[in-house]
Amino acid sequence: MNKIFLIIQREYITRVRKKAFIVMTLLVPALFAGMFAVIALVANQKDETMHAVYVIDNNGSFKDKFKDEPFVKFTYPGGSVDAAKKNLKSDDDLVLNIPANLKDTVQLFAKKKTTLSLADNLQGKMNEIVTGASMVKAGIDTASLRKIRSNIVVKSTEITSTGEQGTNIGATYALSFAGAVLIYMSLFIYGAQVMRGVIEEKTNRIIEVIVSSVKPFQLMMGKIIGVGLVGLTQFILWITLSAGVSYLVGGHTSPTNSALHSFLHNLGANAGYELLCFIFYWITGFLFYSALFAAVGSAVDSETETQQFMFPITLPLLFTYILSVSYLFTVPDSPLSVWLSMIPLSAPVAMMMRIPYNVPGWQLAISMSLMVIGFIFTTYIAARIYRVGILMYGKKASYKELAKWFFYKE
Amino acid sequence: MLSIRNIVKQYAGHTALNDVSLEVKSGQIFGLLGPNGAGKTSLIRIITQITAPDSGEIFFNGQKLDQSHIERMGYLPEERGLYKKMEIGEQMIYLARLKGLSRDEATKRLKVWFAKLGMESWWKMKIEELSKGMQQKAQFVATVLHEPDLIILDEPFSGFDPVNAEIIKNEILELNRKGATILFSTHQMESVEELCHAIVLLNKSKKILEGPIKDIKGAYRNNIYLVEYEGQQVGINSAAPFEVLTETAGDDNLHTIKVQLKAGSTSNDLLQYLVPKTRINMLHEVIPSMNEIFIEQVSKIA
Repeated sequence: MNKIFLIIQREYITRVRKKAFIVMTLLVPALFAGMFAVIALVANQKDETMHAVYVIDNNGSFKDKFKDEPFVKFTYPGGSVDAAKKNLKSDDDLVLNIPANLKDTVQLFAKKKTTLSLADNLQGKMNEIVTGASMVKAGIDTASLRKIRSNIVVKSTEITSTGEQGTNIGATYALSFAGAVLIYMSLFIYGAQVMRGVIEEKTNRIIEVIVSSVKPFQLMMGKIIGVGLVGLTQFILWITLSAGVSYLVGGHTSPTNSALHSFLHNLGANAGYELLCFIFYWITGFLFYSALFAAVGSAVDSETETQQFMFPITLPLLFTYILSVSYLFTVPDSPLSVWLSMIPLSAPVAMMMRIPYNVPGWQLAISMSLMVIGFIFTTYIAARIYRVGILMYGKKASYKELAKWFFYKE
Repeated sequence: MLSIRNIVKQYAGHTALNDVSLEVKSGQIFGLLGPNGAGKTSLIRIITQITAPDSGEIFFNGQKLDQSHIERMGYLPEERGLYKKMEIGEQMIYLARLKGLSRDEATKRLKVWFAKLGMESWWKMKIEELSKGMQQKAQFVATVLHEPDLIILDEPFSGFDPVNAEIIKNEILELNRKGATILFSTHQMESVEELCHAIVLLNKSKKILEGPIKDIKGAYRNNIYLVEYEGQQVGINSAAPFEVLTETAGDDNLHTIKVQLKAGSTSNDLLQYLVPKTRINMLHEVIPSMNEIFIEQVSKIA
C-alpha cells in the first residue's frame, strides 16, 4: 500500500508541477472572469448620450407623435432634408427623413454612424405609430387594446417536498450541461494522460525497473489515481477560483445587472446536488475509462498505434455526447435516455444531462451502483491485459492477442 | 543464495525456458550466458518476479521466493530507461523508496554514490539532458542504492565507453567484496573470464553447460600446446610424443607448431623430444577461451 502511495505521489507531483497544468488552471477562471466582465459590460452599456432627432415628415402622419425619451428628443423643424442636415449641431444629432409614401425607404442621417439600437428604437416607434393610426382608422380603440394586451413573464416554480421553490430553469440546465460537457472532455483529457503515461513508461523502458519493485497492478492503479487527483485538483481550483472571480465581478457590477445576479443566485439553489453528482460521475467515469485507456497504452508501442483500440472505447461516450442536447434534454424520461444513464459506458454524460429533471432516486441508485461495479470490472480486465502488455515490445497487438493476454496465468 | 529448480516458462507458441535449474552460491559472481533468444531475460524476469514461471520453484536463501525478497534484489535491465523529464536526484530517490528505503536514507546514500562517481553536479539535471553513458551510470547507481543482497545485471557493460566500463566493473567487484551476490548476463566473454566465478550457459531455452569457470575450462583442455622455435625446420617422425596439428613458418627462421599430445604424454615429454633438435622460444598450453567454448557449445546444438 505504501508503494502505491509513492507512485500516486510521483504521478501527482510531476503533473501538477508542469507548466501546462498551471496555465490551464489559471486560464479557465480567467476566461470565466472575462466572460462575466463582458456580460457586465454589455449589460451596463446603455446609450447615455443625448440625441436630438429632427423629424422631416413628408408623410404627415408622424408629426408630434414621437414621444421624447430621457436621451432622445424629437423636434419637427419643417423645411427640407438638406436644410435640416446642414443645421445639425452635434455629432450625436440625427435627421429622420420620412418619405411621403411609407413604402419608400425611411432614411436616418447623422455625422456619425448611428448605433443599431437607436435605429431599431426609431423603427419600432414608427411601426407603432402607423399601426396605432391604422387601428384607429379601423375603429379599434387603441387605449383599451393596450390594456388588454398582457405582458406575460413566465416564472417557473418547482413544487418540492420542502415547499415551492423558485428556480431558474436556465441556470440549472446550463450547470448540468456544463457538467456533462466537462465530464465528456475531461474523461478524454485525463484518460489520455493515463494512456500516455503508460506508453511513456513502456517506451522509456523504465517499466521493467518499476515492476521489479512493485506489482504491475500497483503501478497501474497508482497512475490512475494520481492522474485522477490531478483532475480533481484542477476542478476544485477552477471552481474556487471561478467562484471567487464571479463573486468579485458580481460585487462590482451595479445592482441593475440583475440577470447576472439572479443567475448566480439560482445556481446556488441546486448547485450542491449537481456538484455532488458531477463529482461522483466524474470519479467513477474516470476510473472506468482510464482503466481501459491504461490497457490500451500497455498494448501498444507508440501513441500512433492506439487508434484501433481508442475508437470502440470512445464511441459510446461520443454517441451520448452527440445525443445530449438534441435528445436527452428534450426527452429525458424516454426509455433510451433512461438506459443511457444506466449503462456505465454512457452514464457519466447521460445522467448529468438528466439530473435537472429530477431523476427518480431508484434510477440514480442503480446508475451509481452500476458505475461502481463497472469500474471494478474494467479495472480487473485492464489489469490483466496491462501486466502482460507492458513487457511486450514490437508485437502488433490485435484483439485476439489481448484476449490471450487476459487469460495468461501470470 | 539462489536456487532455481526446474523452471518451465511457455509463451504462446514457444517455450522460453525448458526445465532450467541452477544454483548461485552466496558471494559469487555468476554469469548467465547464452545467445540471443536463449531465455536469459525470461529467467531474469522470473527471478525478479516480473513474471511467474509455469512450473518450477525458486528459493532465495532457502525461502521460497516471494514479494518480500524484492527489496533485497537490485535489477538493471538490458534496455535501460528512466523518466526523461524527471530530475535525476529526485528520480533516484523515488526508485530507492520503491525498494523500501526511507527518503533520508536514500538521499544520504545517493550523495555518497554521486561523490564517488563524480556525479554531484547532475543532481538537478533532467535525464534527457544527460548523455547515454551518464544515464547508464545513473541507472547503475539506482540499481545498487538500496544495497541489495542479490544484484542482477542484464548486459551491464553495453553502452559504456572503456573508461566507464572499467569504473563499473570495479564497482561490481567492490560490491561483491562487500558481500553482494551478483548475477549477470552478458555476451562479452572477456568480462566473463575476468569476473565470473561460475557460469551457466543457456541455449534454445535449455541449460547446456554449468559450473565454475575453472572446472569448465579444465574440462575443455585437450592437451594442445603451442610451440615456437628458432632455426631450421625440425622433421617430426612418428616417434614423437605428439601430433602436429598446424605448422607455420614465420620470419627470421621462427617456426610455430600447434601440437596435440598423445595419450599418456606430458609437456615434459614434448620438450625432451624437441630440445636436442632445436632452440625453443616458447611453449604454452592452448586452453580454450570461454568465447570458444561458447561458440562450440552453441553451434554443436544448432
